[in-house]
Amino acid sequence: MLDASEGYTTEDGRKIGGVVMEMKNITLRFGGVVAIQDISFDIREGEIRAIIGPNGAGKSSMLNVISGFYNPQEGEVFYKGEKRPPMKPYQVARQGIARTFQNIALFEGMSVLDNVMTGRIRQMKAGLLAQALWKGRAEREEVENREVVEKVIDFLEIQHIRKTPVGRLPYGLKKRVELARALAAEPSILLLDEPMAGMNVEEKEDMSRFILDVNDEFGTTIALIEHDMGVVMDLSDRVVVMDYGKKIGDGTPDEVRGNQDVIDAYLGVAHD
Amino acid sequence: MFYREAGDFKTSYAEDNQTFPIKFDRYRYYAVLAVAFLVIPFIVNDYWLNAVLLPFLIYAIAAIGLNILTGYCGQVSLGTGGFMAVGAYACYKLMTAFPDISILIHVVLAGGITAAVGVLFGLPSLRIKGFYLAVATLAAQFFLVWLFNRVPWFYNYSASGQISAPERTVFGVPVTGAETSAWAVYLVCLVFLTASALIARNLTRGMAGRKWMAIRDMDIAAEIIGVDPLRAKLSAFAVSSFFIGVSGALFFAVYLGAVEVGEAFGINKSFLVLFMVIIGGLGSIFGSFAGAAFLVLLPVLLKNLLVGSLGWPTDVAAHLELIIVGALIVVFLVAEPHGLAQLWRVAKEKLRLWPFPH
Repeated sequence: MLDASEGYTTEDGRKIGGVVMEMKNITLRFGGVVAIQDISFDIREGEIRAIIGPNGAGKSSMLNVISGFYNPQEGEVFYKGEKRPPMKPYQVARQGIARTFQNIALFEGMSVLDNVMTGRIRQMKAGLLAQALWKGRAEREEVENREVVEKVIDFLEIQHIRKTPVGRLPYGLKKRVELARALAAEPSILLLDEPMAGMNVEEKEDMSRFILDVNDEFGTTIALIEHDMGVVMDLSDRVVVMDYGKKIGDGTPDEVRGNQDVIDAYLGVAHD
Repeated sequence: MFYREAGDFKTSYAEDNQTFPIKFDRYRYYAVLAVAFLVIPFIVNDYWLNAVLLPFLIYAIAAIGLNILTGYCGQVSLGTGGFMAVGAYACYKLMTAFPDISILIHVVLAGGITAAVGVLFGLPSLRIKGFYLAVATLAAQFFLVWLFNRVPWFYNYSASGQISAPERTVFGVPVTGAETSAWAVYLVCLVFLTASALIARNLTRGMAGRKWMAIRDMDIAAEIIGVDPLRAKLSAFAVSSFFIGVSGALFFAVYLGAVEVGEAFGINKSFLVLFMVIIGGLGSIFGSFAGAAFLVLLPVLLKNLLVGSLGWPTDVAAHLELIIVGALIVVFLVAEPHGLAQLWRVAKEKLRLWPFPH
């Protein structure tokens, strides 16, 4: 296992920093159903952290706990060294945690540009009156934040659809716009819920490249859930494996691959 | 051919953010403003004013207000009539309590009071959505009308139970009361409409509008990216009610002069403004204008055509008018469910390339 206090260096030579977020003994129940049982793990600055597991293992629930959508019955969440009290999702977002959804959650009636601009909510603070008059801070913020957003749009290569209403876009592009919206927030942790679900090989390759580039160029910490094992093992620095709400493995892709519990969970065990 | 954007390049984000990014649009907008402010005041007469222009200007303000709430923020409201009544009665109480202060300030203050009332009745929107919210706002409609009917303080204990606007002037020219001149009344309403449209446009192209639309399109996703649903919805209720309050104040003080609340601000008014917004186009400022113009102008036009030109009896014409307006609404909604604003957008797309197909 890795040392908890210090950072480490990945195989490809990237420096990974200290712990940004730590989950301690998280338990989440829905009535009698235990979705997550006593799980602990951490996310470090600059790393790509994957959460994997078979269907119904509790991966999405875990992501929802991180993004404040569910409050766990037991356990603690530490963010940047401080214990996080139970929060509303929008408060978590304002702390700098952005996410995408398994089934895209874009604003269909708005243009791509407006969708990505909504990612800048944390940074745009002009009052209603200033906005009504389009003067002072409001006007300045629109231009400044537009510049940041244009960089993200440029980075994800969606310039040509900037003014198109999102409802008209094909699936693969929507996924990319959603990533752009999350990126525009300049998050300290970016949560990706199955970024490659329903994509063909080519689109998966594109998306993988974007995820690696985001991590590489902006140094964004990424936590992702993904079903495609090949993708997960190639992309991530460390992997948490879940099954039936429990953590059954945690470590580098190679460590996890060799873990007998993980092999059993994925391939099944012979009962005799 | 008629409408081109080729060669109209933007070199800054500020230029790209403006209300009319295409040059042709911008010049047309200036032309409309010039005609509205510099030409019409000189040729307007009482018939045009009372039959067409005033109702159009005032309903357009109300439609902009409702469009912010329903079209941009996705919260259906059937309380428009009630909120207009709040604007009217607030304006009346202010006019009679502080006769020395300008009517213009009273109208704005009446809008502010309506905004506060709107926020109060917007609170249920945090828990209920869609049709159920519509029913909750219906309660606001009935309660407010009942309140203004039953509490004599609101109509200053007058024997008739009506409120009537005393004479007030702007720069020495009377705009309320019996002795008004058409051009002055027209200009006051036009100024309010222009300001309302500009403010609404600024809000909807900026962050406030994006938050509202985010709530409308997918409220859970909006919350996940950092929109506080409480503040977003209540700010939509506040801004929307502000405009509706202003339009109610003008409707009472400038247009009707005397008002009986159940008659002037009943449930019919709520539906009328809602239809304007739906026919004009949800989520479009231009649509608010188009919807108001459609429902104000069409009856007048038909009446002139049937009674004036064809010489039909008035009662037959009145019935036919209802039938034709109703049929046209259906035709328009079938042809373009997104309203007149969308028809206009499609027409512009086509004109951009005309006469070439590609």
